[in-house]
Amino acid sequence: MQFDLATQSLREINAALHHSDREEGEEFVIAHPKGTHSVAVGLSDAINVTIDGHVGYYCAGMNKNASIHIAGNAGPGLAENMMSGRVVVDGNASQYAGASGHGGLLVIKGNTSSRCGISMKGINIVVGGSIGHFGAFMAQSGRLVVCGDCGGNLGDSIYEAHIFVRGEIDSLGSDCIEKEMTPDHKRELQNLLQNAGIHYSAAEFRRYGSERTLYNFNIDNADAI
Amino acid sequence: MPSELKRQNFDPRPLRPSSTFPDHVLAEIHRAADQGVYEIRGFGAKRSIPTFDDLLFLGASMSRYPLEGYRERCDTNVVIGDRFAKRPLDLKIPITIAGMSFGALGANAKESIGLAATQMGTSTTTGDGGMTDEERLSSKTLIYQVLPSRYGLNPDDVRRADALEVVVGQGAKPGGGGMLLGQKITERVAGMRDLPVGIDQRSACRHPDWTGPDDLEIKVQELREITDWKIPILIKIGATRVQFDVALAIKAGADAIVLDGMQGGTAATQDVFIEHVGIPTLPAVRQAVDALVELDMHRKVQLIVSGGIRSGADVAKALALGADAVSIGSAAMVALGCNRPVYLEDYEKLGTLPGCCHHCHTGRCPVGITTQDPELEARLRPEQGSRWLRNYLSTMVLELQTLARACGKSHVQNLEPEDMVALTVEAAAMAKVPLAGTSWIPGA
Ligand code: SF4
Repeated sequence: MQFDLATQSLREINAALHHSDREEGEEFVIAHPKGTHSVAVGLSDAINVTIDGHVGYYCAGMNKNASIHIAGNAGPGLAENMMSGRVVVDGNASQYAGASGHGGLLVIKGNTSSRCGISMKGINIVVGGSIGHFGAFMAQSGRLVVCGDCGGNLGDSIYEAHIFVRGEIDSLGSDCIEKEMTPDHKRELQNLLQNAGIHYSAAEFRRYGSERTLYNFNIDNADAI
Repeated sequence: MPSELKRQNFDPRPLRPSSTFPDHVLAEIHRAADQGVYEIRGFGAKRSIPTFDDLLFLGASMSRYPLEGYRERCDTNVVIGDRFAKRPLDLKIPITIAGMSFGALGANAKESIGLAATQMGTSTTTGDGGMTDEERLSSKTLIYQVLPSRYGLNPDDVRRADALEVVVGQGAKPGGGGMLLGQKITERVAGMRDLPVGIDQRSACRHPDWTGPDDLEIKVQELREITDWKIPILIKIGATRVQFDVALAIKAGADAIVLDGMQGGTAATQDVFIEHVGIPTLPAVRQAVDALVELDMHRKVQLIVSGGIRSGADVAKALALGADAVSIGSAAMVALGCNRPVYLEDYEKLGTLPGCCHHCHTGRCPVGITTQDPELEARLRPEQGSRWLRNYLSTMVLELQTLARACGKSHVQNLEPEDMVALTVEAAAMAKVPLAGTSWIPGA
């Protein structure tokens, strides 16, 4: 089915995509997005949506089950709080990509800005290019893979998420350290890269994660001396 | 001076306690010297600040015609969120239950609250940590909070909620995030939050995917698209720069605004935050109403006020200042038995007494409210808890109607600032009502 944001309202298109009659694998194309915000948000069926151009804020927000392909660039909050499914951006994405995502796969073929994967809770994010500062800030679980370089404070206050980086890192944030890349981690990463359609070898990446020093308040007991 | 010292014939002159260093300040310095970390506690501000107690109703007089006692009709219903939402909340009473998380509260407390609110025809609110099936089932009208942490947030719960509340701030800790100490992170709580069991969990202080009012406007639009514009979207702010924040919440497209004053409670936060950040509820209401009036949005974007609401008189005064409804949190917990003088040995184990307890953060709540421990939790039975809370809410409504009728109002929302005077110069200036016995409104 073909939609056109030049002639149809966002409300009309999102309502149609939310419709309970959608069949698994059904194909939809949205033409002329022209930076519109909140395109294809809150989808819950296993449908395939192609957005033919650039989108604004929160495209694919809270996505569940659907497969969304953005043939262009994406604004802030791409696939925020995504639960499952697959979101692929051919170009670049702005800040907070994949914020608080619980699951599914987000692939950004170009670069992305600050706070990519902030508060992530199980999502897998693969970035073909580089990311800005504060990537994976307070990341709880899931994986962030960066094939290019990372800005400052990577993984600040990270919990149990895994970060894999191929390029340079400006600086690591509080409680984030480099960790051993075991054969299991290499397998985990290689599968993810393959699934994302990105052809690097896992051997080129280094792994980062939590030192776990911020997990509990440090309470002295001077009275007990 | 302690009486045992008196008995020992001490000379009282050198024993004068310091006003700069009273007992609780000395104790806190000693505690800090021992532990090297700030105090984290639950409950709300304990310091003395101007409150609704500093206002009085004038009642009817020669020029005002009262309604008959408890018989004549005095309506209490309120509609929340009819600015954009297709399905606004239609509440029977203007007293809602504030957001309190499963995790901070046990499941029995959440269920008690849901049952009581449903029986009274009002709403309850989830908290940090997501929505539980128990609270969805027990609450006819459930508001789902969208918090900075996004713990447990998912589109299915978004769609089964009756309204969303985007939490920008909380009265107990504007500008601060939440905390849930490791002792309360059981497997179920950890699972809902995607965190390891037993860690001191931090809830972020700002949202992960928007940073200012312009972003927030787009965020609200996204939530409306996800919910097909069906349910109201509320924005909750902690009382600080109230006039600006209310104006910006209106601009962001809120259907209603929840305004939480500094007396608002918390399950766990730094004491320094609870006592020293934000402004009291009394001036905050006035400033919020001023902003709504200025933008011609009063009664179009509803104002729900929380923070230190304890009685029907507090509700009446908030409504008279221009609020559409109030929200209670700590008071609802007190109705469930918080600080009730029972299980004294368990208060003692926490190093406190009924009346002084603020130990929600420990997870060892003596009365089974803020705990995940099955033995302690069993002390609060939902059938009994819901009855306590329902009775308390009914009492508040009766008090509210009594005051409204005395002022000649057939609907509690008809109460107005002209019905009130202030007992102190401070309260008169903050509420912009005259000092009792004068026509003087400081600053007017
Ligand atoms: S009695 Fe329970 S709910 Fe009340 S302050 Fe103490 S720990 Fe908190």
